[in-house]
Amino acid sequence: MSEMKKIKNLKEFSTSADRFEGANLLCPGCAHSIIVREVLNATNDDLILAASTGCLEVCTAVYPYTSWDASWIHIGFENGSSAVAGAEAMYKALKTKGRLKQPDRTPKFVAFGGDGATYDIGFQWISGCFERGHNMMYVCLDNEVYANTGGQRSSSTPIGASATTTPAGRVSYGEKRNKKDMMAIMAAHGAPYVAQVAPNKWKDMVAKIQKGFEAEGPVYINAMSACTTEWKFAPEDTIAISDLATDSLVFPLYEIIDGTKLNITYRPKNIIPVRDYLGAQGRFKHLFTKQNEYLIDEWQARIDKQWDYLQRREEASV
Amino acid sequence: MEKKGWDGFEIGAMLRSFDGATQDIATTLPENRPYSQSNSFTASVADWRIEKPLFNKEYCIDCQFCWIYCPDMSIISRDKKMVGIDFDHCKGCGICVQVCPTNPKSLLMFPEQKDEEAALAEWPKKEKKADAEVKED
Repeated sequence: MSEMKKIKNLKEFSTSADRFEGANLLCPGCAHSIIVREVLNATNDDLILAASTGCLEVCTAVYPYTSWDASWIHIGFENGSSAVAGAEAMYKALKTKGRLKQPDRTPKFVAFGGDGATYDIGFQWISGCFERGHNMMYVCLDNEVYANTGGQRSSSTPIGASATTTPAGRVSYGEKRNKKDMMAIMAAHGAPYVAQVAPNKWKDMVAKIQKGFEAEGPVYINAMSACTTEWKFAPEDTIAISDLATDSLVFPLYEIIDGTKLNITYRPKNIIPVRDYLGAQGRFKHLFTKQNEYLIDEWQARIDKQWDYLQRREEASV
Repeated sequence: MEKKGWDGFEIGAMLRSFDGATQDIATTLPENRPYSQSNSFTASVADWRIEKPLFNKEYCIDCQFCWIYCPDMSIISRDKKMVGIDFDHCKGCGICVQVCPTNPKSLLMFPEQKDEEAALAEWPKKEKKADAEVKED
């Protein structure tokens, strides 16, 4: 069981028996469940899961139903990470004492949280888990907004996005601050593996999840989750929008090993302008007016700079 | 699900996914699982749909894009073949149709009340213009 599941191609991957069930209450076209499926199907081992409050949690555990075919716990908004860390600490203790009933089974510990629970509310708890060095994985479902409570801005919301607490109008162009660089922060904890993934690049994602499971210590995964409701696009376009995000390098796919060595794992053949990504979403609609158009150029300049920085880091491997 | 009163709750607030003995869920296909009544698999969201996807086996190349990108586990794949659609759990988002790479598409959206045979009979034919650019990985 402890051997890593071999996934060569999509046909082989499709023989996986899903451990996440339908009739959950996520919106049609929600990327959360695509990500969850790709994470859970990456292994055949037992899973011990936790979720912080957020869309994923409220939609998959509506009494009297559960959508999880694995051990799953929810406590609060902030402590999905510590819940799993506690379970992991107990598992380690029982193993040392030789009191595990099935010692040959090697469960994987995974916590899920939205960007609100990761970037803002649960930040201290995650930092604590990484500092203590639990052998767990934290997956942030980054949809750049508090989608569950009605679209308030979080510290993941990028400049210019219209959220309900930073609405765009005559006076304001929406969110004024840039997105927090969570990847760098988690890498700075000295975590053995930190990676950014997107559901549309499933192979890249599954490879990273498996690397994360293999790594000894806390692993942080930042998963882009296109939100049909708050990013304001049609539900069938989830994968198309995700493609735009990865190909315009707004969400570059890379990994940081041992806190220092950075690898870019996906280089788009044709880099598309950020304008196309912004134009496809309703939350950036107001940028395409005369007084706000300069923001699009700023966006492009920022993304170019970030890509340049990532490439240099990869080259220097520091 | 058995109706409970205002003060009734599952012991320990634990919602069980399964009732019977299950050895290894990761390799047990959904049809072989002993679902408990508190598993959402036993519920249905079919009434969310306005349009439903229909599947035309004739054009399918079993690429499994629809399987991996379905957010609701509603594409049934067995032995590396696309078998059909689980209409109890499909919410009708239409992602499967968007990612289908064949020409013509082997999955198309139809109004919920559409008869499957009628839909298959009026399935569009292959377009002349060679636009069969299959997406990488």
